[in-house]
Amino acid sequence: MKTDTQKGVLQFGNGQLTVLVVLRMLIGWHFLYEGVVKLYNPSWSAGGFLTDSKWIFADFFHSLAANPQTLEVVNFLNVWGLIAIGLGLLLGVFSRAAAVGGMLLLGMYYLSHPPLVGLKYALPAEGSYLIVNKNLIELFALAVLFTFPTSRIIGIDRLIFGAGEKIEEEESEVQHA
Amino acid sequence: MATDKNKKGIGRRDLIKGLAAVPVLGAFAFSSVKKKNYDAELKEAILKELDIEAARPAAGGSMEGDPIRLGIIGFGIRGKQLVKAAGFATPEWKKSMKESAMKNSNDTRLKDFLEQDNLNVVFTGVCDLFDVRAEEALETVKTEKNTPKRYRTYQEMLASPDIDGVIIATPDHWHAPISIDAAKAGKHVYVEKCMTHKVGETYDLYDAVTQSGIVFQVGHQHRQTQSFLTAQDIMRKQILGHVSLIQANTNRNSDNGAWQYNIHEKASPETIDWQQFLGNAPQIPFNAEHFFRWRKWWPYGTGLTGDLLTHDYDRINCILKMGIPNSVMTSGGIYTHRDGREVPDVMQVAMEYPNFSTGSSQEKGKEKGMTFLYSATLGNQYGRNTALMGHDASMELIGDRLTIHADPRSTRFKDMLDSKKVDTDVPLYAYDPRSKGVDGVTSATAKYFANKGLLYTYRDGKRVDSTHLHIREWLSGIRNGTPISCGIEEGFEEAIAAHMSCLSYQLGKRIEWDPATRKITNVDEEILRGGVQIVET
Repeated sequence: MKTDTQKGVLQFGNGQLTVLVVLRMLIGWHFLYEGVVKLYNPSWSAGGFLTDSKWIFADFFHSLAANPQTLEVVNFLNVWGLIAIGLGLLLGVFSRAAAVGGMLLLGMYYLSHPPLVGLKYALPAEGSYLIVNKNLIELFALAVLFTFPTSRIIGIDRLIFGAGEKIEEEESEVQHA
Repeated sequence: MATDKNKKGIGRRDLIKGLAAVPVLGAFAFSSVKKKNYDAELKEAILKELDIEAARPAAGGSMEGDPIRLGIIGFGIRGKQLVKAAGFATPEWKKSMKESAMKNSNDTRLKDFLEQDNLNVVFTGVCDLFDVRAEEALETVKTEKNTPKRYRTYQEMLASPDIDGVIIATPDHWHAPISIDAAKAGKHVYVEKCMTHKVGETYDLYDAVTQSGIVFQVGHQHRQTQSFLTAQDIMRKQILGHVSLIQANTNRNSDNGAWQYNIHEKASPETIDWQQFLGNAPQIPFNAEHFFRWRKWWPYGTGLTGDLLTHDYDRINCILKMGIPNSVMTSGGIYTHRDGREVPDVMQVAMEYPNFSTGSSQEKGKEKGMTFLYSATLGNQYGRNTALMGHDASMELIGDRLTIHADPRSTRFKDMLDSKKVDTDVPLYAYDPRSKGVDGVTSATAKYFANKGLLYTYRDGKRVDSTHLHIREWLSGIRNGTPISCGIEEGFEEAIAAHMSCLSYQLGKRIEWDPATRKITNVDEEILRGGVQIVET
């Protein structure tokens, strides 16, 4: 595996490429559906979730829910942010930016409801968590995708930014190996 | 730039690899639309079957015109709340709310008050038997244009031409005498619950109000709650089937909740008009505890029945219009607050309605009759929701929200249960006035939030105090002749049902009501007129 840091393009073996692209699509699918399902439901609001926030950032999250205008903005950004990030990862379009956006959202979800000792939430967790939960794991999975970008190999970014000659050479080398 | 070199044209290979994920997006679109349609069909099937209209209350009549001139009689805990709901908060309250809002940004009580509609009223008169409270009232309701007058007796206030209507928030034993005199003087009346203190005076007040033509409202402000209007529609559509049992409860576990109110440090025979306070009660020497904690003794109040059962009874009467029960049995005792009080602090009331029916989905004639069970303790705060239990479904009233769960053995929903369209663990219907839409089928998460009272949005605008709306309805009745939701008919039913419950406890027997003659049939007239203490003393 070689790096072209200038272009942000990596070369992968077939197996490496496959698992990274599949991981990218799975996370993309997850984000996209979380966004779409909220869009479908006209009475959905982040209000309940924000109100249930605990820990040192709770005041900030509560204040977002307390004001109807900011809550509208939060709801809008959440729904369309999730959809845009989901499409970016799934289709491989601006997918490094999508990974960063996804990490930001997941970071907010995590910080508003961290599974720390002594914190109890109204929203029941579907598993058992201590400090580490699925939001944190998905956040770091996105960090992996950011570090090992694949959208210029498999993805629309290839059509926008180009695939890079080196990749072609590397790929053929691997294929012949 | 390097990319220029790379972008020397997009080949077939680039296209295939660039658009490799498009089929996945197609699969996503296909499956998400399929799921959406599945959920929507399920929800529609249920909503179509139920056909509930989530009612919105009427906008309320105009408050334009000359200000209505009010008098407040009784400026204690509830009197202060009523005057605040009418637009005037005590300086003390505003200060403490401001401090509280600074500490906790979620506390919007002051903001809610400041955003309240202007009801266009002036308090030209105040009447309280305790000097400190009378002064406080004067301070609270005065404005640049209005200098309120303190009346030493309510009779002087009623005789004044400067008063159009009175708000009565005195101890219960004064409700009827003042309301009757006000009706006779042609002053409109807003009186707190329980509407009366004894059975006999309930008839007198009924006659006085119906003969006077005044606008009369009893202070059951929950009648303004949107979920109750929706609940009325649910009953019209007979969604619960035959309701055989209703359970309503009070659980409180604090001294304040048990009426151990603060005794003011300045209370004395010099600052309190004790003789006037006693009124028709037994004549005893000055007793500050009786004055401030009057709910604990029979001559002034009726304890749980008049104070708290009335709320729950009227909530249900507002939904079902079941009226006065044919009979009532009550038991209870003083088990938590053995502090010299007379009224019980644990109480169970069973009201029987053998001929009442909310409809039936089974064969004709099989179902008829209902029990309304009120259960209360002032020694525990476990949360028990009001529940209406029917053959087809159960409805729970939780604050200003309601949920309906189908019954596993329902006749009406049998097909939907068999085809798994209805799940008895998930609400069939949930109503939250703060939510933008109505959820036919809510998710487990939404259900959890709903039950915890966390599900709130402000999309429909600001939160409003229901007492404010109730007073507004009364004022609109005075100004525009619009209907009153808790008038003399509803107040009569509330008072008689509460007094039957209280008499059953006091006399240790079942109290019976004859709907034809509108009379309690098995209690001496002397007791009905004077109350039980007459017999005991």
